[in-house]
Amino acid sequence: MTDLTRLTAAELAAGIHSREVSAVEVAQAHLDRIAEVDGDAGRGVHAFLHVAADAALASAALVDEAIGAGSAPASPLAGVPLALKDVFTTIDMPTTAGSKILEGWRPPYDATVTARLRAAGITILGKTNMDEFAMGSSTEHSAYGVTRNPWDGTRVPGGSGGGSASALAAFEAPLSVGTDTGGSIRQPAAFTGTVGVKPTYGGVSRYGLIACASSLDQGGPCARTVLDAALLHEVLAGYDPLDSTSIDAAVPAVVEAARAGASGDLAGLKVGVVRELGGEGYQPGVRASFDAALQLLEKLGAEIVEVSCPHFEYGLAAYYLILPSEVSSNLARFDAMRYGLRVQVADTGSAEEVMAATREAGFGAEVKRRIMLGTYALSSGYYDAYYGQAQKVRTLISRDFAAAFERADVLVSPTAPTTAFPIGDKVDDPLAMYLNDLATIPTNLAGTAAMSVPSGLARDQHGGVELPVGLQIMAPALGEAVMYRVGAAFEAVRDAEQDGPLIRRVREWS
Amino acid sequence: MPAISRDEVAHLARLARLAVTEDELDLFAGQLDVILGAVARVGEVAADDIPPTSHAVPLSNVFRPDELRPGLNQEQALAGAPAVEEGRFRVPRILDEEPLAGSGISGEEA
Repeated sequence: MTDLTRLTAAELAAGIHSREVSAVEVAQAHLDRIAEVDGDAGRGVHAFLHVAADAALASAALVDEAIGAGSAPASPLAGVPLALKDVFTTIDMPTTAGSKILEGWRPPYDATVTARLRAAGITILGKTNMDEFAMGSSTEHSAYGVTRNPWDGTRVPGGSGGGSASALAAFEAPLSVGTDTGGSIRQPAAFTGTVGVKPTYGGVSRYGLIACASSLDQGGPCARTVLDAALLHEVLAGYDPLDSTSIDAAVPAVVEAARAGASGDLAGLKVGVVRELGGEGYQPGVRASFDAALQLLEKLGAEIVEVSCPHFEYGLAAYYLILPSEVSSNLARFDAMRYGLRVQVADTGSAEEVMAATREAGFGAEVKRRIMLGTYALSSGYYDAYYGQAQKVRTLISRDFAAAFERADVLVSPTAPTTAFPIGDKVDDPLAMYLNDLATIPTNLAGTAAMSVPSGLARDQHGGVELPVGLQIMAPALGEAVMYRVGAAFEAVRDAEQDGPLIRRVREWS
Repeated sequence: MPAISRDEVAHLARLARLAVTEDELDLFAGQLDVILGAVARVGEVAADDIPPTSHAVPLSNVFRPDELRPGLNQEQALAGAPAVEEGRFRVPRILDEEPLAGSGISGEEA
């Protein structure tokens, strides 16, 4: 095999399982690539906060041993390397969630997602960078420095899962896992020309996922192709009694759906264009790429219908009340007593003073802003007008989705209003940063499924190189099969018409 | 008139146990005011008779079998603690140094 880091997860798995290449060689090739390009926040992609080279090679060796002994592979992805967002607990690696308050913390247990990856024989290369506690849309809010976008090192990779997305686009890993609270898988996928999937809420266990906003957080697969995402989806998803919000239902057959979709026939399928997710506020190049995507979907035989979701325009406001409210409650656990950072306050500092000094030193500005915003929204006197009203808007957004799915099998929109913006451009303007999540938030509020698939390239007002644009495909709760089918069909026709996979056009990192 | 004053932000910081600096108060007061101005849009929606959604999945009363399963042992539970003493979390004083009226106990750690 030639350059192992350029292959898809499906190709690598086939090679490993047929003993054309060993899992150890595959792991080593990716570790070499990481050593070559990842560097630190000053230079390099900086997708990783921790690289677990020895553990990765040991895990890969076990896969080779089993295959050599004639055993069936532990899963269709056994031996394939993966980068794990640093928000999932790992017993053998530090887990920081991008925060100073958890610097060096070694969790005493594995997240269910981590355990499933291990059981599947997947090689975990290390932990990826993220906005602190998944709060942000650029990875600039990581306490450990920004991750760079492989398409243009002066641009952000999106966030919060910028590390997991950049690791794919820089060919440091063929697979990664992210979490999506308001778009943290899909928007980085769009910004880096990769595929990112936010499963139905409850589809992937949250046990051991450090909470941002519990009613919105959802782990999911990231990859460079729709089929690879589907293969990983089936490893991650499934009922978990350790998560009381886990759905006790069969995992949608997404691999089968992705394979079927790749044949490129969407005859009889209705694709709804959400009128409220587009137009004003969306970069012209993003709109052009979206219009071209609609033409391709039509060419595949899909019927395009316009749908209206009138309450989506209030989604951002509702989200930035509900999320901070849950954050202010969830992050109360960082109390400097049981684990994590403790800042001493003289000799006589009380527990309360130590707590306040620790949280002040350990949390970054965006986390503090959201904690205070949530504290405000939940205070008596403001509760009804803010949090209570936001929860009602949430109901109306779910109803909008239900009505739209009466008329269409899937809904589509641009994943993000813009392409990747320059590092430093929005970091001092929280509201401008929040607007990135305009199109992705409704899905989280409703608990439905959505994915981002590369749709093309566009140049923005800053000039420079052309940057990736993502097409968002939204499906009803547990409707992942139809979503993957459409995603795979779109990917196949886009690749055929536009000179191969978009990711091949990423520049070589230097 | 701003939606939130600098004094209110200082109060929120105290409630949230954040020892913010004076500079941060200036910065956060302005930023939170802008954000609150934007999110107040939820009030424009007529939703009087709409039930609230706290959770997207209609699950309730989720039980699991009442079976013994292993949990963290003492060593594991204390492994990440900032300070440990005699197999317990060692924490700063949580009571005032003055004896509590009528309680007969002192706030000082023994």
